[in-house]
Amino acid sequence: MENILEVNNLQVSFDTYGGEVQAVRGVSFNLKKGETLAIVGESGSGKSVTTRALARLIPSPPGRIKEGEILFDGKDLAKLSDKQMQAIRGKDISTIFQDPMTSLNPTMKIGTQIMEGLIKHQKMSKSQAKERTIELLELVGLPNPSERVDQYPHQFSGGQRQRIVIAIALACNPKILIADEPTTALDVTIQAQILELMKDIQKKTDSSIIFITHDLGVVANVADRVAVMYAGKIVEIGTADEIFYNPKHPYTWGLIGSMPTLDNTEESLVAIPGSPPDMLNPPKGDAFAPRNDFALEIDREMEPPMFKVSDTHYAATWLLHEYAPHVEPPEAVKRRMKGFASTGAASNGEGDQS
Amino acid sequence: MDKENVKKDLFVPAQKDEEKSEQINRPSLSFWQDAWIRLRKNGGAIFGMVTLVLLTLLAIFAPMLTSHGLDDQDLGLSRMPPKVQGLENFQWLGLDGKKSETFEADSVEEAKDLALARFSQDDFSYIEFDVKAEGDGSEDSAEVKAYYDPYADKQVEEYFWFGTDTLGRDLFTRVWIGTRISLMIALIAALIDMLVGVAYGGISGYFGGRVDNIMQRIIEVLVGIPNLVVVILMIMILDPGITAIIIALTITGWTGMARIVRGQVLKLKNQEFVLASQTLGSSNTRILTKHLIPNTVGMIIINTMFTIPNAIFFEAFLSFIGLGLQAPDASLGTLINDGFKALQINPHIMIFPAIVMSLIMIGFNILADGLRDALDPKMRE
Amino acid sequence: MAKYILKRIGYMLITLFIIATFSFILMKMLPGSPLTAEEKVTEAQREIILEKYGLNDPIPVQYVRYLGNLAQGDLGVSFQMKNQSVTDILMSRAPVSAELGFWALIVGTSLGMLLGLIAAIRQNSWMDYGSNIISVIGISIPSFIFAGLMQFYIGVELELLPIAFWGTPQQAIMPVIALAIFPMAISARFLRTEMIEVLGSDYIVTAKAKGVSKFAIIFKHGLRNALIPLITVMGPMAVSLMTGTLVIEKIFSIPGIGEQFVNSVTTNDFSIIMGTTLFFAFLFIVIILIIDILYGIIDPRIRLAGGKD
Repeated sequence: MENILEVNNLQVSFDTYGGEVQAVRGVSFNLKKGETLAIVGESGSGKSVTTRALARLIPSPPGRIKEGEILFDGKDLAKLSDKQMQAIRGKDISTIFQDPMTSLNPTMKIGTQIMEGLIKHQKMSKSQAKERTIELLELVGLPNPSERVDQYPHQFSGGQRQRIVIAIALACNPKILIADEPTTALDVTIQAQILELMKDIQKKTDSSIIFITHDLGVVANVADRVAVMYAGKIVEIGTADEIFYNPKHPYTWGLIGSMPTLDNTEESLVAIPGSPPDMLNPPKGDAFAPRNDFALEIDREMEPPMFKVSDTHYAATWLLHEYAPHVEPPEAVKRRMKGFASTGAASNGEGDQS
Repeated sequence: MDKENVKKDLFVPAQKDEEKSEQINRPSLSFWQDAWIRLRKNGGAIFGMVTLVLLTLLAIFAPMLTSHGLDDQDLGLSRMPPKVQGLENFQWLGLDGKKSETFEADSVEEAKDLALARFSQDDFSYIEFDVKAEGDGSEDSAEVKAYYDPYADKQVEEYFWFGTDTLGRDLFTRVWIGTRISLMIALIAALIDMLVGVAYGGISGYFGGRVDNIMQRIIEVLVGIPNLVVVILMIMILDPGITAIIIALTITGWTGMARIVRGQVLKLKNQEFVLASQTLGSSNTRILTKHLIPNTVGMIIINTMFTIPNAIFFEAFLSFIGLGLQAPDASLGTLINDGFKALQINPHIMIFPAIVMSLIMIGFNILADGLRDALDPKMRE
Repeated sequence: MAKYILKRIGYMLITLFIIATFSFILMKMLPGSPLTAEEKVTEAQREIILEKYGLNDPIPVQYVRYLGNLAQGDLGVSFQMKNQSVTDILMSRAPVSAELGFWALIVGTSLGMLLGLIAAIRQNSWMDYGSNIISVIGISIPSFIFAGLMQFYIGVELELLPIAFWGTPQQAIMPVIALAIFPMAISARFLRTEMIEVLGSDYIVTAKAKGVSKFAIIFKHGLRNALIPLITVMGPMAVSLMTGTLVIEKIFSIPGIGEQFVNSVTTNDFSIIMGTTLFFAFLFIVIILIIDILYGIIDPRIRLAGGKD
């Protein structure tokens, strides 16, 4: 499949009073047409910053794209002017944000908020735009759309608002949809509905989705491929199956070990000790080493490069080096992996609509 | 890949350092250290603080520098312009001990006579003239700027830095004593507001329920009464003076503080550390004084810092409309008010107290702004 | 909403009642009566006058009558200006004060909004710093100092504008500016803070993600949300304008309520002082009430949610 987006060595920094915070430190990945790429990681791992940089939504100052390319449609988005970028945002690249309670303008009718993009990008008349808006609201499953277009955000529930946010993002049939933790702020029951909606929409529109989350359960549900981020870098990337059945990076092991599932009755969750590093002074060597039970001496000296596991699977850990001692994932994580294999938790999509 | 550079002996499990994974890289700062660092970076706030310290020192010590008292009148030396050693030659500063005014008349001679009549009845020897327009005999065509040196005329050796007022009192002394009084009124008023407000708000917020309900109804009524109205009414029943002004300023002034403290306490009291303390059997007083008040201290300081300039303003305002201090007491307000009466010919009588007052107000306001930014926990990264 | 308004009106009446009672007690305690201005009165004349004003009645009767008069807008009779009703004096002077206050409010808030908006958009630029300095100065320095300095430098030294009285537009310039500075500074600062907060909020990022232009973000999404809370500072502004008119009218000899008030202070005309105070209290409380209701009407969140409380 063709690449619709290619990111090379993206570096994003924020200039603060304390100094330069290196939020993203050289991220490279690509996105294929029609696929869903999940980016997972703890808070502060740089996953949100990465995707905001893709849509050039980093507030500047203090933020800036220090280096790297974002190739989309033959253009390097990192180098476009604000004006050129305005023409792409909302039309080709849309974003769905985390908190539906705050991401809608409280003093503007929801219809107007959806129509805004249509009028700007598709040059629609007001009445056309309104018609399309009602269609969109229907598409995202909002009841009584023709009456509700003229209501204000506070008149909707959280789940309904997230549907409206999705409608805004979908308005112009974007090629890339960035979903920045779209379900985190919602109730669990609503979460499932929104995920279903997104999968459904992807089937209908064939857009590519970048899905940011810290919830591996969600990843298993939606993703074709998964990128694991830690301390501003991608530490492991591969297809969902590879990440869940054959993870290579100790951090991925940690994430899987700390993920609650219904079948882990016999064991307790395994926590990753410690806390993420301070990005004001990223540590020397492998940033994960201080928290890593399998750390090698070399981790303290040098950053590991990306080692190839398969054509689609890469991981940045010295454990994959030929000199490295053979290390098995911890027993608990292994049992988890077996569990996934038997229940098919990571077999994205069709079969598991429970 | 640079395999050559990778030393094989490094591929051994690292010594796990328990400390290190839990290490926090940033130096741990107390709330006050952190606030101080942020305040120090705020140029405006530091300027405000330095200004206030200087003005306070001047208010305390400056009157001792002169031999004049607050009410030492010398009608022979009335309305002397300001004169400062070393600044006599900088005319534009207006501290050269001379009065200047422009006179217009039909001819230059007539204009000079007007100047003589205004400044000195005796002779022209202490007046210098600067002819701006010769004049052609028509009405007010000639224009002459006259510079009069009353220090020479009256043979005064002394330098009145801020000049003297209409009764010949040394303004330098009066301005700093006035500053002292204004600051004192404001500080006492702010302190009373703080004490009453914190007690009221703290009790209301902490006990909540019916107590809170009743106390809030009372406040709601009090807040509805405009400050201006209360102050004027209070001043009218009390004998004018410092006490009256302080009482007038504080009688409803504390409500703002009470509301803020109540809001904070309400927010804090349901937080876990307070519940923890309660679970451990702490008394109400202990929780209130050890947990709730210290955590509202930032807000209290900020609010007090805004109360002070407000009190200074109200004192000056009252003095200005004739409800403030009575002669011979001086405050910045009364001094400015006196200055207005002689503004057209002797602006220095108003300008010096006006400058001091403006500096105090600006100082408090920007310091308060800086403190608000520094103490606001939301700003802490 | 209706319930809320009724509740607020209830509070307003209680507050007014308390102020009125307080002022009645004051009137009884204060020296001076309608007789103060009468030079020589015989005992008999005195009796007649006291009878005429009902000052011989028992205090409770006087109190009820006083409240009744107030309710009808009767603020009593001036001590110094014989037989002139305080209400008439105030009403004859109110238009001038209202005109002064109106222009100061218009000039102040519009300039202030402009300053605040520029400062927020160009955050941390020299324009932002300039606007901040202007608002700190405007908030700090009392209007009477501005008035004095302007009067001396612009009026006396440069002779550019008339230094007193009211009537021509030229005469209005200095007092209006002096009075407008505080509302200007307050609204500039407030709008800046609000605007920066709004521009940093999630829904602005949503709008940006839609590809909305900078202009539309600032004016369509930002300004409206930032302006709504500006209504809350209208209260302090109204107070400052009332306080300000007292001194500004005195300084520029403008024949409004404020000048009358200050003159009455010097002549100890307590009935006018009290009348003006009550009038100000009433005006203030009504303004606050209107602002509260207005806020509810403009903000859709409060408009609908308010009714539940």
